[in-house]
Amino acid sequence: MEQLNNIGASLDFYIFVSIALFSIGAIGVLTRKNMIVLLMCIELMLNAVNLLLVTFSTFFGNGEAQIFVFFIIVVAAAEATIGLSILIMAYRNSKSIDIEMFNKLNG
Amino acid sequence: MSLQMISVILGSLTIASGLMVVLSKHPIRSVIYLVITFFFISAMYILMNAQFLAIVNMIVYAGAIMVLFLFVLMLLNLNKEMEPETTRMSIITAVIAGGTLFLVMITALRDTFQYGKGYVQVPVQDAGLVEKLGKLLFSKYLVPFEISSILFIAAMVGAVLLAKREKQIID
Repeated sequence: MEQLNNIGASLDFYIFVSIALFSIGAIGVLTRKNMIVLLMCIELMLNAVNLLLVTFSTFFGNGEAQIFVFFIIVVAAAEATIGLSILIMAYRNSKSIDIEMFNKLNG
Repeated sequence: MSLQMISVILGSLTIASGLMVVLSKHPIRSVIYLVITFFFISAMYILMNAQFLAIVNMIVYAGAIMVLFLFVLMLLNLNKEMEPETTRMSIITAVIAGGTLFLVMITALRDTFQYGKGYVQVPVQDAGLVEKLGKLLFSKYLVPFEISSILFIAAMVGAVLLAKREKQIID
């Protein structure tokens, strides 16, 4: 039972993992031009934030942060749906999934 | 094999598969690596005794959202030459920017690291069980819960409206 009482590694390790995931997602958003991969990198960043929230929730023994993670998942699902349908519409109009295509909206 | 070793292996695998999402050239491989990342994150949730979120993460993220991404990828029927190319300069700039972000956040959280040295004892270990979260969700957070259902209806109607095929295509 002693082993069940801790969350595996120390708090700093989980913080490190989630910051690393967030930075990887940010680098992906900045480098990739493919709209689908861009949306996936946003999902990766959202998951990094979720991991951090769950870590602190477990560390302080407070369940309210996990409710926020639940709402983040809800909003992420809605965001992915809308993003993908905008992508499909843009692809139909221009036959390209390059994010630079949206420069055409610039007047 | 101690619990600490398992979590370190899980964490490094998560970071590695997260890197592969960004690095892989083909979008379908990115989707698969993202699903693997989500499964590793779910495993970390289980390790932290957040069982409800682990299941929700697996069903909603790895199940629903990723299947949606895969469907869109198959629907678009992309081929190799349609992959937009990135310039070397933008990659270097982005890596510098991301690395700086990483360093700044690590440095800012240095005090937290000293606070949480060694193994972390969890004061209340059943905070993430379904019963506790359900009671919290349906009492204190009932209004946000209902508002999120309105958000879902709006997202559903919006997705149908946006992706509907129109009669004439605007150039």
